[in-house]
Amino acid sequence: MTDSKYFTTTKKGEIFELKAELNSDKKEKKKEAVKKVIASMTVGKDVSALFPDVVNCMQTDNLELKKLVYLYLMNYAKSQPDMAIMAVNTFVKDCEDPNPLIRALAVRTMGCIRVDKITEYLCEPLRKCLKDEDPYVRKTAAVCVAKLHDINAQLVEDQGFLDTLKDLISDSNPMVVANAVAALSEIAESHPSSNLLDLNPQSINKLLTALNECTEWGQIFILDCLANYTPKDDREAQSICERVTPRLSHANSAVVLSAVKVLMKFMEMLSKDLDYYGTLLKKLAPPLVTLLSAEPELQYVALRNINLIVQKRPEVLKHEMKVFFVKYNDPIYVKLEKLDIMIRLASQANIAQVLAELKEYATEVDVDFVRKAVRAIGRCAIKVEQSAERCVSTLLDLIQTKVNYVVQEAIVVIKDIFRKYPNKYESVIATLCENLDSLDEPEARAAMIWIVGEYAERIDNADELLESFLEGFHDESTQVQLQLLTAIVKLFLKKPTETQELVQQVLSLATQDSDNPDLRDRGYIYWRLLSTDPVAAKEVVLAEKPLISEETDLIEPTLLDELICYIGTLASVYHKPPSAFVEGGRGVVHKSLPPRTASSESTESPETAPAGAPPGEQLDAVPTQGDLLGDLLNLDLGPPVSGPPLAASAVQMGAVDLLGGGLDSLMGDEPEGIGAPSFVAPPAAAVPANLGAPMGSGLSDLFDLTSGVGTLSGSYVAPKAVWLPAMKAKGLEISGTFTRQAGTISMDLQLTNKALQVMTDFAIQFNRNSFGLAPAAPLQVHAPLSPTQTVEISLPLSTAGSVMKTEPLNSLQVAVKNNIDVFYFSTLYPLHILFVEDGKMDRQMFLATWKDIPNENEAQFQIRDCPLNAEAVSSRLQSSNIFTVARRNVEGQDMLYQSLKLTNGIWVLAELRIQPGNPSFTDLELSLKCRAPEVSQHVYQAYETILKN
Amino acid sequence: MSLGEYEKHWKSVVSQSVCDYFFEAQEKAADVENVPPVISTPHHYLISIYRDKLFFVSVIQTEVPPLFVIEFLHRVADTFQDYFGECSEAAIKDNVVIVYELLEEMLDNGFPLATESNILKELIKPPTILRSVVNSITGSSNVGDTLPTGQLSNIPWRRAGVKYTNNEAYFDVVEEIDAIIDKSGSTVFAEIQGVIDACIKLSGMPDLSLSFMNPRLLDDVSFHPCIRFKRWESERVLSFIPPDGNFRLISYRVSSQNLVAIPVYVKHSISFKENSSCGRFDITIGPKQNMGKTIEGITVTVHMPKVVLNMNLTPTQGSYTFDPVTKVLTWDVGKITPQKLPSLKGLVNLQSGAPKPEENPSLNIQFKIQQLAISGLKVNRLDMYGEKYKPFKGVKYVTKAGKFQVRT
Repeated sequence: MTDSKYFTTTKKGEIFELKAELNSDKKEKKKEAVKKVIASMTVGKDVSALFPDVVNCMQTDNLELKKLVYLYLMNYAKSQPDMAIMAVNTFVKDCEDPNPLIRALAVRTMGCIRVDKITEYLCEPLRKCLKDEDPYVRKTAAVCVAKLHDINAQLVEDQGFLDTLKDLISDSNPMVVANAVAALSEIAESHPSSNLLDLNPQSINKLLTALNECTEWGQIFILDCLANYTPKDDREAQSICERVTPRLSHANSAVVLSAVKVLMKFMEMLSKDLDYYGTLLKKLAPPLVTLLSAEPELQYVALRNINLIVQKRPEVLKHEMKVFFVKYNDPIYVKLEKLDIMIRLASQANIAQVLAELKEYATEVDVDFVRKAVRAIGRCAIKVEQSAERCVSTLLDLIQTKVNYVVQEAIVVIKDIFRKYPNKYESVIATLCENLDSLDEPEARAAMIWIVGEYAERIDNADELLESFLEGFHDESTQVQLQLLTAIVKLFLKKPTETQELVQQVLSLATQDSDNPDLRDRGYIYWRLLSTDPVAAKEVVLAEKPLISEETDLIEPTLLDELICYIGTLASVYHKPPSAFVEGGRGVVHKSLPPRTASSESTESPETAPAGAPPGEQLDAVPTQGDLLGDLLNLDLGPPVSGPPLAASAVQMGAVDLLGGGLDSLMGDEPEGIGAPSFVAPPAAAVPANLGAPMGSGLSDLFDLTSGVGTLSGSYVAPKAVWLPAMKAKGLEISGTFTRQAGTISMDLQLTNKALQVMTDFAIQFNRNSFGLAPAAPLQVHAPLSPTQTVEISLPLSTAGSVMKTEPLNSLQVAVKNNIDVFYFSTLYPLHILFVEDGKMDRQMFLATWKDIPNENEAQFQIRDCPLNAEAVSSRLQSSNIFTVARRNVEGQDMLYQSLKLTNGIWVLAELRIQPGNPSFTDLELSLKCRAPEVSQHVYQAYETILKN
Repeated sequence: MSLGEYEKHWKSVVSQSVCDYFFEAQEKAADVENVPPVISTPHHYLISIYRDKLFFVSVIQTEVPPLFVIEFLHRVADTFQDYFGECSEAAIKDNVVIVYELLEEMLDNGFPLATESNILKELIKPPTILRSVVNSITGSSNVGDTLPTGQLSNIPWRRAGVKYTNNEAYFDVVEEIDAIIDKSGSTVFAEIQGVIDACIKLSGMPDLSLSFMNPRLLDDVSFHPCIRFKRWESERVLSFIPPDGNFRLISYRVSSQNLVAIPVYVKHSISFKENSSCGRFDITIGPKQNMGKTIEGITVTVHMPKVVLNMNLTPTQGSYTFDPVTKVLTWDVGKITPQKLPSLKGLVNLQSGAPKPEENPSLNIQFKIQQLAISGLKVNRLDMYGEKYKPFKGVKYVTKAGKFQVRT
């Protein structure tokens, strides 16, 4: 009496038999036949030949038979579109059936039939069903819109279904709301630019109400939708959080994780001083821990997400270390994730426990897990300084076990410990050397060789040890060969007398007998260094190495912030932004955490050079790398800029990748990059900036020419200065200057490759700055930059970037990436590149404004030794967009009244006093008035720069 | 699935060949339990669960929360279990059309539709021998033709018009102790995973409230959607209109170490001699903090190292088996009588010439204590509102070992 009988029809004439049964007069026989057809279908048999016969069974009052026929139709309509039309009438009729169950079933099934001709007939019934009196029909119809959109997006838009769907968000039934949100979210995913889910406080309130009442699945859709909303301030964020927190106690883990996402995201807006912030932190831990007692698959996804959460907010789970202890029968994928999180949570307080556990794991059976456990011990040592000694002794214990792979892993991590704590644990070297012979993995061999080379002076038989490796030099992997070469050179520099022969041997092996260019190059460099200047060689080879730190395995903060927005999604499982793996043309919108809100904001004061540093001291303004890195990484936290040019947003998108290491995708996208190439060259025929100058300034034009600096048109351009010396950037030298021509600000860069390897994959990114300067196009270096080659690039800039007041006001922190590394530098831009072309105020306005700005905002400066007359001054300033509004002669002194406007709309008014015809008195007096007095100093500097060059 | 594969498409059809990636991963994983739950293929993602010796795999094309998919797959497995009494290859094969109908009701275009067992049963009646016979005689079907009312109400988990002659409400408080005990017998980690499962057979729309003697124990709780969260927040009372039938009311976790009593201890001495083909094995189990209750149903499972060929042991009570292929030793102990503690000792035969095993095996202990919730949780009272009849009420307590491991 079970369905398995449907699988046992006779092979011969199976279809024929079914056909006969389907056309039987007996209802029961018909139904049985359809069941057999369905059973065959589920196991992949082709029963499409029965299409007309099955469709004939559709006109029935028997609900089960109807459903079965519908199932069949959904499967085969695509392959029999002409036949499927036969079914349309029945569908349309069913959509009018008095039974809501049948109406819903009909509209649902119609939406699943992916045949164009059918979809045309679907529109009318669907429109009715969307407004059906029965919520069950409405909620089914809402999903149907998403289905239809997938088949024919244009049709859905033309028919106005999207608006109807939006209306359903205010439906009285929570399930209808949830389904409308789900459908809209799905549609929005394929239209990232569309404003389908335009959320405002009212709609948010409706969603939050529906959240309490709809099914668990609906809750997930609503929570995911909420997560995309940016509250207007911290109070709104808090009130949403308060209403979302009860979801943390839901039995469905997906609901819990979606709620965690909303909370993690909105928490960003709350001040840490708030009591509520602390309460929320406490509430987050228990649900996360509870996820770990669920099925292993759920645990895995939860652990991947917890890994992100503990990196972003370690305080959440800092007391929960023990729940991450590994059970021996956990699946391997759970074990490895737990281990990773244990390290992230390791601290001085719990390190003893952690180490005891790790040691236990290192004796387990699973080789991969054991290796990772040994590595984890090393990572603990590096992370928690107080534990280093304990870790080293634990590792030594493990080495004593003589289990081959344990020993090898231990040696690799001990090398890292040496690098982190130089001159502390070298006493263990002897023990390590005992195991030299058992090492057969390249990484372990390389690590051991590094240790021998680095501490050659303490190892009596270092030369013998290294020599023993040399015998099979050509069979070693490149990693080992390179390490061996370096180690022997180190040895030679430390003990030159005994090891001359050895070093010659290795140099000739590396340079003459090897096919590997890396090895050869390194060999030649050492050779030349040693032969020309042994002292320099010593400085280079035995230079103090930078310490390594725990941060190397942390997710880079920009990416982390983005991933926090994707908690619970595939992105959170892969720890990659969706742009890195989502298929095809589906647009991906980068998400970013909301910025801290105004009401609780404190003024930020980055630690940079003191205010008003003169331009000559640019390099001093470079902050330490660490600080800078931190600042740069905040870059994408800024609020979304309203209406930036298209290209700028493309650049911003790319910028996320820059520091996220996903540069390849950025570069790969270039051909599609929106209009990027057209930005590369600034407009060739720039309009002379002094076009609108008064007639009488012809003379000054001449003067301008004779002064011979800068470009013919546009504002004054300073000569290029070195911004990033090659020695600080692994051979990449960057010099540059800023220009403003015909309204376009550019950063003119000169990149020189002073390294010995080809440089490719350039990209650039700015930190937030006072005037929102940002690259308007990607940094385009068309061909790889070969050694000694130089390229000139003009990078157009926009002022649509995120704004953050810097100190000094005009400092700009820049990150440049190439295939070798990411480099940072800081420079100061002259303020006059921000003076806009329409900066001329009319006289009346000028007078009114001058009076209106309070006197305390007035700043007085002197420009010394400027032997120019009023005309010359005026015309020269005008070419840099400082406009003379009026001119008066008072007691033999020329008074110029000038105005200028910055890109951000700040007006600066100036009064300039000149004493013409008095060669002994060439100082100009400048009074500046501005509502933002802090710019005055920089405007004065701009005046001085323009007039003196 | 081992014998056949079943597929159901909700959107455009995805070629079956995509499953090859899954089979590949399965082969690579060696042990079925180690197949990663999320696998990426060039065009799709495969999210799978492994339950009751079956894999449930879903193919997804766009970004969908993996937990959403995993939860849903478990719900599908639960439903099969509920409908067919077991979730197995045979059960699915025997009921393939119902399976298909169920899947159709559970998901529409990737959106879950009806996943509550109460609602599904209104739409599609579960198979019973009786119904099959009746159906074949009368020609009626197992598909309901009424609108699943509960699906739209504010209490989607309960169907309308429930009627019982005997009205009963039973609760099982089940606590499992997860623990890791180290070599020396001290507790590395211990927590209690508790659940309260309910079996409610009450007519009409009963509104229940369940209160505890010591609700403060419950600070980390996951609720069934029927529970009114606000009442819990303010009064620490579980107030709810229950679904009809069996369901999990809450699950909770007690982790504060001093609240987790460890009811048994194990004395163990497992040693392998260097350069010899034998070793000694000796374990004894005794009661520790058992709150005066009998510990029963004790089973000890040990995964012995690979080099172990055989074991010659003598139990003082119960019986043991050793599987030389999987190297699993199972000792079915039974009850502990404090007067004479159960022990198992004897010789271990090792593969000759092989190095002595590095790792000492962990002992996995199972046990059961009736009439005790080890955390001390106690139900105070159960009240019913909204209906006039007097229901039978009952609460049972049991404590079990969860993942209870003793390292040696």
